[in-house]
Amino acid sequence: MHSPSPPHASGATVRQAPAAPIVQAKNLSLIYPTADGKPVTALSEVSLTIAKGDFVSLIGPSGCGKTTLLRVIADLERPTAGTITVEGLTPEQARLKRLYGYVFQAPALYPWRTVERNVMLPLEIMGLSRAERQARAREELGRVGLAGFERKFPWQLSGGMQQRASIARALALKPDLLLMDEPFGALDEITRDHLNLHLTQLWRGTGKTCVFVTHSIAEAVFLSTRIVVMSPRPGRILDVIDCDLPRERTLDIRESPEFAAIAHRVRDGLKEGHSYDD
Amino acid sequence: MTIKRGLSPSVLPVATMTVLLLVVWYAGAAWLNLPQAEEALTRAGKPFGFADLLTQAYSMKRPILPTPDQVLTELWTSLTSYAPTSPRNLLFHAGVTAQAALTGLAMGVVLGTLLAVGIVYTRTLEASLLPWVIASQTIPILAIAPMIVVILGNLGFTGLLPKAVICMYLCFFPITVGMVKGLRSADPLWLDLMRTYSAGGLRAFWSLRLPASLPFLFTSLKVSVAISVTGAIVGELPTGGQAGLGARLLSGSYYGQTVQIWAALVMAALLSVLLIAVVRGVELVLLGRGGAR
Repeated sequence: MHSPSPPHASGATVRQAPAAPIVQAKNLSLIYPTADGKPVTALSEVSLTIAKGDFVSLIGPSGCGKTTLLRVIADLERPTAGTITVEGLTPEQARLKRLYGYVFQAPALYPWRTVERNVMLPLEIMGLSRAERQARAREELGRVGLAGFERKFPWQLSGGMQQRASIARALALKPDLLLMDEPFGALDEITRDHLNLHLTQLWRGTGKTCVFVTHSIAEAVFLSTRIVVMSPRPGRILDVIDCDLPRERTLDIRESPEFAAIAHRVRDGLKEGHSYDD
Repeated sequence: MTIKRGLSPSVLPVATMTVLLLVVWYAGAAWLNLPQAEEALTRAGKPFGFADLLTQAYSMKRPILPTPDQVLTELWTSLTSYAPTSPRNLLFHAGVTAQAALTGLAMGVVLGTLLAVGIVYTRTLEASLLPWVIASQTIPILAIAPMIVVILGNLGFTGLLPKAVICMYLCFFPITVGMVKGLRSADPLWLDLMRTYSAGGLRAFWSLRLPASLPFLFTSLKVSVAISVTGAIVGELPTGGQAGLGARLLSGSYYGQTVQIWAALVMAALLSVLLIAVVRGVELVLLGRGGAR
């Protein structure tokens, strides 16, 4: 039996023990059957504890299972082995109770709905009254800086604004847990910096727990309290790095030696997993 | 070469094509009608030149191919000299045909959509139903139309309904094909999103699959509305009906009134164009703002 969790991970878990875990995964594996008979191991023996209020980034090269892990938490995929709880429930129960908000790689706004009505959609499904739907949509759109764009259609917005609208849509459910799958991956660096700053302020202001998939080291270090380094073939956790920069962060922090040191550790972790091999 | 602002770049090509078409038409009319014209003038016994011959060929009462001006004059006379309720007015006939076509279209949309929903949601229906749907379209409508009229007539249905059923038979196919594609067009992320909201199947249908399919529905509708007019006209032939553009075509051919036939044809084309424009208008109103993708 070889545990995939290195010492830092267990240390972090112990230190964060007082806070109730919001996600607890034990020995998760997910194997996809494929047409050519060679099953693909997307996740192998993954164990991870995410405490309330954490901002956890999953980082690794393509195919390392970071998106799969996020989708397992969201009950969009079922693991083939292992156990996982989300707020003490099974992922399915958590999904049925709408305990998380999910932000996809693409904004995935419905093009036939205005921005506001996109944000109102989950609330419509929850059965909230029209007045409350509108109030919440306005509130969340204001929070992501989209006040005044309620009546626009998605195609009238820039890519960054669309992704902000999709974040507002996830926030409208008022979940404690926010799952984000490379939400800024398709955006240019300037927009990305701006949204990173926005997101860290939002996280600090709301006290939500975030699980954030990325393949940008700088983004992971800037946003996270903990960084989970993953490696492909099979998808597994190599390292869990504590990112103990002050919670209040500005973009300048990226110039600091502490930031560089953590980024270096993440890069070392990725190297260890041969992520830089061709 | 520059094209002036404001002048649509398609004006020149369209005008060129129109002129070409008219030239070919007049040439064809001369070529086809000359033998008859020559015969008529010879019978009259007076000497005649080529100009007389051409004038005669372009002004025959029952030409093999009437000229565009003869057709337009016939159309204009029919529209302006008689009350719109008179059987001598083509508007009356167009109205009768349009009624059948639109009723049939509505029935076709309902049938086509129901079939599409069945096919999309039930694997077995896709395997069992789709071949029959396709086979239904391989039967020539001219062959099956009289059967439909006879069978429904036997059951006591005459007039509008048999014609509408024929239209429906033609219409549902593009609707089914379009809607199957449309209902499956929802982006996988959009479907995942519904799942994260723990939305039920019915909710996903109304809030996602159906709106996502509307652009496909309208593309199908534009095809269907045109063939629905054709269906209504075909349906009016075996009934030997007294009203409708099809009846007008039939009586025209009984009496060799080629000008009347052509006028009815032009009317049918105008009707189709109008109905397609209406569909396009509804599409713009419904999808215009969100549909720019």
